[in-house]
Amino acid sequence: MEIFKIVALGVVSSIIILVVKKERPELALLLSLVVGLVLFAFVLDRIVTVFQVFRNLARGAQVNLIFIDTIFKVMGIAYLAEFGSQICRDAGEGVVASKIELGAKVLIMVLALPIFLSLLESLLGLLP
Amino acid sequence: MDIDLIFKIAGLAIVISIVNMVLKQANKEEQAQMLTLVGVIIVLMVIIQLVSDLFASVKAIFGF
Repeated sequence: MEIFKIVALGVVSSIIILVVKKERPELALLLSLVVGLVLFAFVLDRIVTVFQVFRNLARGAQVNLIFIDTIFKVMGIAYLAEFGSQICRDAGEGVVASKIELGAKVLIMVLALPIFLSLLESLLGLLP
Repeated sequence: MDIDLIFKIAGLAIVISIVNMVLKQANKEEQAQMLTLVGVIIVLMVIIQLVSDLFASVKAIFGF
């Protein structure tokens, strides 16, 4: 099963990173970045199939596709920002990590505005 | 994907740290720094390629 590969790879590479961190901390950080990328590549195709199912469901339910696309964009931004800020925090740069998260929050807010406005319009429409 | 990439980079890091120790013994401090720099640059080139692949796949999946 996939999970065995993921767990085994994670544990083995974190031990290797520990060995490397003593002598060369910068290479250890680069190594942990590579491990993060490889582990993400494992789950990549699973994510694609899940998203296809969501898109078909949305199309079937005549939900406006903009909402679904915006949700996927927000998830993408959140994932990338979390990945970047975690790497910066590993490198000991808490300030940079929080700035990345701040940027991600602002971008997500901007993306969510149209949905928020359409929600308000539909609510106002309900009122007598 | 390429699990052996991890072990290649780990091997490179270990070799660099060993050679650095040797250079430090032979009190050639600046060569050791140069070697560390070269090692970091090599690994960075590999990683930049990986990160650009990540960004391309994220862009494709999440529909940016």
